[in-house]
Amino acid sequence: MSFTKFAASALAMAAVSATAAAARDQVQIAGSSTVLPYASIVAEAFGENFDFPTPVVESGGSSAGLKRFCEGVGENTIDIANASRAIRENEIKACAENGVTDIIEVRIGYDGIVFASQQGGPAFTAFEPAQWYMAMAAEMPVDGTMIANPNTNWSQIDSALPDAPIMAFIPGTKHGTREVFEEKVILQGCEDSGAMQAMLDMGMDEDAAEGACMAVRTDGLAVDIDGDYTETLARIESNTNGVGVFGLAFYENNTDKLKVSTMGGVVPSTETISTGEYPVSRPLYFYIKKAHIGVIPGLKDFAEFFVADEIAGPDGPLSDYGLVADPALADTQDIVADETVIGGGA
Amino acid sequence: MTDMTNAAAPAAAPKSSLLQQDARTRRRNAAETRFKAYGIAAIAVGLVMLAILLVTIVGRGTGAFTQTFITLEVALPADTLDKKGNRDPEEMKKVSTFGYKPLLAQAFEAKIAATGGLDSDLDPKKMAGILSDSAPAQLRDFVLADPSVLDRTVAFEFLASSRVDGYMKGRVSRDSIAQDKNISVEQLDFVDKLIAEGSLEKRFNLDFITGSDASDARPEAAGMGVSMVGSFFMMLVVLTLALPIGVAASIYLEEFAPKNWITDVIEVNISNLAAVPSIVFGILGLAVFINYMHLPNSAPLVGGLVLTLMTLPTIIISTRASLKSVPPSIRDAALGVGASKMQSVFHHVLPLAAPGILTGTIIGLAQALGETAPLLLIGMVGFIASNPPDSIASGLLDPNSAMPAQIYEWAKRADPAFYERAWGGIIILLVFLVTMNTIAVLLRRRFERRW
Repeated sequence: MSFTKFAASALAMAAVSATAAAARDQVQIAGSSTVLPYASIVAEAFGENFDFPTPVVESGGSSAGLKRFCEGVGENTIDIANASRAIRENEIKACAENGVTDIIEVRIGYDGIVFASQQGGPAFTAFEPAQWYMAMAAEMPVDGTMIANPNTNWSQIDSALPDAPIMAFIPGTKHGTREVFEEKVILQGCEDSGAMQAMLDMGMDEDAAEGACMAVRTDGLAVDIDGDYTETLARIESNTNGVGVFGLAFYENNTDKLKVSTMGGVVPSTETISTGEYPVSRPLYFYIKKAHIGVIPGLKDFAEFFVADEIAGPDGPLSDYGLVADPALADTQDIVADETVIGGGA
Repeated sequence: MTDMTNAAAPAAAPKSSLLQQDARTRRRNAAETRFKAYGIAAIAVGLVMLAILLVTIVGRGTGAFTQTFITLEVALPADTLDKKGNRDPEEMKKVSTFGYKPLLAQAFEAKIAATGGLDSDLDPKKMAGILSDSAPAQLRDFVLADPSVLDRTVAFEFLASSRVDGYMKGRVSRDSIAQDKNISVEQLDFVDKLIAEGSLEKRFNLDFITGSDASDARPEAAGMGVSMVGSFFMMLVVLTLALPIGVAASIYLEEFAPKNWITDVIEVNISNLAAVPSIVFGILGLAVFINYMHLPNSAPLVGGLVLTLMTLPTIIISTRASLKSVPPSIRDAALGVGASKMQSVFHHVLPLAAPGILTGTIIGLAQALGETAPLLLIGMVGFIASNPPDSIASGLLDPNSAMPAQIYEWAKRADPAFYERAWGGIIILLVFLVTMNTIAVLLRRRFERRW
């Protein structure tokens, strides 16, 4: 066998493939790992019910997904970015610099964030945001000065809490969930506990006080989890006193191992989240590159299928999996049908 | 008497020698004995770890190869599935899987009416809840493939939902589902009745080996097959590129290249490349193949190219080692009878070095087969539920996953049923790796020559 011939044919094969690469016929999606299960459920049903191939859904986090989304227009860039937070002003700007100007924002529903501990562990059954602030803060105001967080045991914060050392597994900073955790739990707790007011009284301006509120302790009692919820679950399983932050859908799949606690006295469930009683929830989104509609086959059909009543409605498979259906789903359907881009106009 | 004392004396003497050992020798001998003990202990620890690993993998993974199936007769009414009545599959496609779903609840109602002992207060919709979400799609595909089955009642075998399957495998119990909204105790009671009636059973599931990935809502339908095909195409690319390039490069460096500082630098850098973490090759692949050359995302071709870069140093190093081990007398003899340099290499040196080259290549391929990190960056890790490719071009270019990437993906999903499948996937991957390494060992045993 001649190696030259062999190598030449291999190179020819690669060259042929490169030209064939010009036609992509499936939708490509990347982004938030929270949205990933929902997007893959829809992608699977889409592949079953339409003649288009099943879309490819990758995870990697909201920020990473939006970064790839904003890389430009063309078949080697993704069509849809999933995000567990709204797109930021600077991301829209970065998109525009690369020619991605028309972005359609689609809100698919709401996701609850729950606080859970080991089934057989201490009785963590009820939390208040203020208690989490007291447990997580790096520094807190005491008698007019900022001191390092002295709390190491939950019972130091509130005698109603179990006598167990503080050990919290919270989402790492690359997760969209961290933002919600900081704003809806820590910052809220900071205000509830009066620490915010105390800081303002000490002469801090509002931004500095908010920053100080949301600074999480780094002495090892709060552990950032950069991986997925499965990693948090593994940490909780090996640590009786651990309390972790999970998505509602993840908790509902692991109720045999996890015990959920109430927040502000409300049990997390799709019902309490949809009525707004349960305080820690956030909208989930996906973003469509309008320039790809009509170029990538099935892109618009996929988006319309995603927000259809039978999928994203209260009785659909997404709701069964743990998504809280959006009461304003009809408006979202109109946005997709009219291809309304961010900043108005069609 | 003297004989007896003489006979007893040697027994008390040192075992090996009559020589009185001094303290230093005894210390050295003791050190040697200790070292042997450490060595045996190290091997024992290794063996125990291996045993624990294998027991864990087999214990947790074998469950994935069996699956719970439910046999159910479903009536396929033409008036709801083919509203126009013309049996045209294109028209009938308008009825989505959501249109087929109610048929399952009706089928359970009909079954209870027909067979005694199955009475249950359970809502028929809840009964259908013990079936996999893939059941409506199975019905729809069946009807669209052959519209003439309409208006008949056909017996189907459906997958049971992951919770029911977990119940059959002992993972789910009535206590553990107290807070679970996906299944209720009443549903498990109904499952017990079905088992007694004989229409629900657990058996070997070929779809786990041949099927494609499934979404988070239906772990019971997920399989390794398509990612196996993805791995196969990647290995094909690696083999067709890395073997010729690697062998050509090593032959030139070993036999033809002048020994100077340039070849020294190349040599050192090949060794350095072999030690570069694989994720680095992933970033390179993203930058060069996808962003610059515009090859498609998630394609096994790109995965194969990246793994080729990673495997090349391994192949070059092992090829050069086996070329070096061919004694110079072979080359001299060939040159002596008038062969050209190239003839001596291709007719004599290369065939003698071939077993070593093949062994190195197979080890390199096995390493590439188990690699996940570089695939993360080129989009081969994620939900990629494509169907098995129908041609070589589509196998190379259509999005696909790879076996280790599929395992990684399953391990991080929420439903515990996926965890079991991740272990099952590890078993399949290990079977491949062990097979490849065995072939490498056998080749070496069979063809190796010593001079």
